[in-house]
Amino acid sequence: MMLSRVANSIYWMSRYLERAENVARFIDVNTHLMLDMGLSVEETQWYPLIATSGDDEGFTKRYGPADEKSVVRFLTFDDKNPNSILSSIYRARENARTVREIIPVEVWEKINELYHLTQAHSRKRSVEALADYYTQVRQSGNLFSGMMINAMSRGDGWHFARMGQLLERADKTARLLDVKYFLLLPRGEQVDSPYDNVQWGAVLKSVNALEMYRQEYHSINYRDVTEFLLFSKLFPRSLRFSLDYASLALSNICADQPATCPALTEMGLLTQSLQRADADSIIASGLHEFIDVFQANLNLVDQSIYESFFEN
Amino acid sequence: MSLENYKTDGFFDELFESDGTPHTAAAALIEQLDALSRADLKRRQKTAEDILYQSGNTFNVYGDKKGTEKILPFDIIPRLVSSADWERLEKGIAQRIHALNLFIQDIYNDQKIIKDKVVPADMIFSSACYLKPCEGLKPPKGVWTHISGTDFVRAGDGEFYVLEDNLRCPSGISYVLENRAVLKRILPKAFQTLKVRPVSHYGDHLYKTLKHIAPDGKDDPVIVVLTPGIYNSAYFEHAYLAQQMGVPLCQNSDLLVEDDIVYMRTTRGLKQVDVIYRRIDDEFIDPTVFRKDSLLGVPGIMNAYRKGNVALANAPGTGIADDKAIYTYVPKIIKYYLGEEAIAQNVPTYICEDDKEREYVLANLDKLVVKAVNLSGGYGMLIGPKSTKAEQKEFAALIKAAPRDYIAQPTLSLSRAPTLIGNGIEGRHVDFRPYSLYGEEIFTLPGGLTRVALKKGSLVVNSSQGGGSKDTWVLGEGEEFGGEA
Repeated sequence: MMLSRVANSIYWMSRYLERAENVARFIDVNTHLMLDMGLSVEETQWYPLIATSGDDEGFTKRYGPADEKSVVRFLTFDDKNPNSILSSIYRARENARTVREIIPVEVWEKINELYHLTQAHSRKRSVEALADYYTQVRQSGNLFSGMMINAMSRGDGWHFARMGQLLERADKTARLLDVKYFLLLPRGEQVDSPYDNVQWGAVLKSVNALEMYRQEYHSINYRDVTEFLLFSKLFPRSLRFSLDYASLALSNICADQPATCPALTEMGLLTQSLQRADADSIIASGLHEFIDVFQANLNLVDQSIYESFFEN
Repeated sequence: MSLENYKTDGFFDELFESDGTPHTAAAALIEQLDALSRADLKRRQKTAEDILYQSGNTFNVYGDKKGTEKILPFDIIPRLVSSADWERLEKGIAQRIHALNLFIQDIYNDQKIIKDKVVPADMIFSSACYLKPCEGLKPPKGVWTHISGTDFVRAGDGEFYVLEDNLRCPSGISYVLENRAVLKRILPKAFQTLKVRPVSHYGDHLYKTLKHIAPDGKDDPVIVVLTPGIYNSAYFEHAYLAQQMGVPLCQNSDLLVEDDIVYMRTTRGLKQVDVIYRRIDDEFIDPTVFRKDSLLGVPGIMNAYRKGNVALANAPGTGIADDKAIYTYVPKIIKYYLGEEAIAQNVPTYICEDDKEREYVLANLDKLVVKAVNLSGGYGMLIGPKSTKAEQKEFAALIKAAPRDYIAQPTLSLSRAPTLIGNGIEGRHVDFRPYSLYGEEIFTLPGGLTRVALKKGSLVVNSSQGGGSKDTWVLGEGEEFGGEA
């Protein structure tokens, strides 16, 4: 049992931290892809990052063509972009501030420190100058998770935080897969060329999945990477895994609730649809289209969580 | 080495005698501090500031677009209170709170003290702090002032004088606890050597105090802290106290009243609330009773309180006892209810309404501070030693025209404490606010907030005007030692 407002804040604190970490991962994967593709400075490709963020309209209006400087600023330090790292950390901190009486004090201090760290780097504009910063953002994500795992009682607060983290992660892993879709490359003939496989390796690397993937599939190809990141029951950043465990958190929250909870129904529909889907038919009908539908359904789940717990 | 050129400059000093030798109680601390180089002290000061910054108890610098945040200035050299001084302070505070609590109960019920002409009726009823809706209230267990913080200054004679009683929503206790946590990391050796009395059990005492007033039959009451929200300057403290007690921190939107019962909105529906430590002022707490424009309050909460369905700490209405005008009557109030002489001294105050005292005031305008009882913030004030003959003449006329509106006090010379300034240690003026809880008995936390005026010569300790804080080490013997977590 906890205050609805507090449950809402802890859910979003966790989502925003996961979001910040994933934006840092996006920038990382893009940088690696460009290096692997042997692109020179003139033909660098920054647009895919904007396209997958869903904020391309806002970006184009304010920045024009996408280059390193503008994309780094937009995704990292732009306080007018609600999904930038700075905005996400700022909001995570504001949410943490309203729940600091129930989270371990180290968690609050870590988020606070991350915010000040972000402020301190906010004048830099190149990926190279920011490499250490992005690494720290990703490490902070791990620290945050670790502190929660080791110091937070497994009550409703924990379950809301966990659910927020996993739903955000499912959304972002899906978008990460989508980054490659937007790469302006001659497609078709390149699929499964060594070139292509190196790029899929970069995608795996950016979610620290390369080793786990190899143990299951041994060699890299488009179909298997897609299957792994969408449907692995075991890998903790896959869509399937994230949804399975978000469902579990939700079931715990709904346990001994007097009435059936609508969020549980909505979450059940989405998990089942993932359990039924298979990589081959998704690739045949279009990965990008599949991800679009998945994200729309994820929004429905989020909406029903809001109505079930936060709104009253 | 760091203290070799320290001078008390003729002021009462918290660590040194006037001849430059340490007070007996401070000798061990001085020895430890003096063994540190200035660079080492500065390094420790920086570490303390970093820890406080990281803890996030910061405020935004006004008008700064980059979102720069600052901590309240903190000085690592602790202020000491000897066990003898503390014992006397503790007794004086308990006596004062006991009497003032009886006073409030009387004022809102039988008004005997008015009928007996100890405090004039118009002094009470003309006060903005007298709340008519509180008439006839009988708070649980007869306690009104559960949480208070008494302001003291120490004058040139070494005596502690009460400046204000702060019986409403005194803030600052989180600084006491935080400053202590930091200083234990910064000066562990000194801390250990001196046998400093612990403060970290404040949260336990606060919880017990609140539990004590839960409605009858509530063995495991739901206790919450009520805050105006994250934009309130004391929000950190509200969250901190909720955390120290492990209870929910509510905003008004989390609470509602139905059939005179207070509920909070939870993920599992409505849950009844039994005790509220509210950090919202009286006039904002219930728009149906007090200020109608309040957006911070909980409509209907006063009715729930009147019916005994919820307890509030502090009780509404306590402001009448820390009104400036009432302050001068506190020694009489103590005498009236307890039959005792006041242990903690008021700053000697001359009531101009009294013929004899007025005569003295008028004859000594060049030495006294004259204050209008209904004005604050330095308005309507004459500082005798710094005034002109014309100003003194003007005030003499004012006092004669409306003697009841004026009081006068001697110009106090506040004590000083050694403080890290630039590359050295200099004396700076300090005040002192210990915090008390009134539950089954009156408990005063052995420690408190020492505010320090960091500007040279300044007597203003407020943070808005260059004030900072120090940890306060109350010394003494007792079984509590070594017990601080």
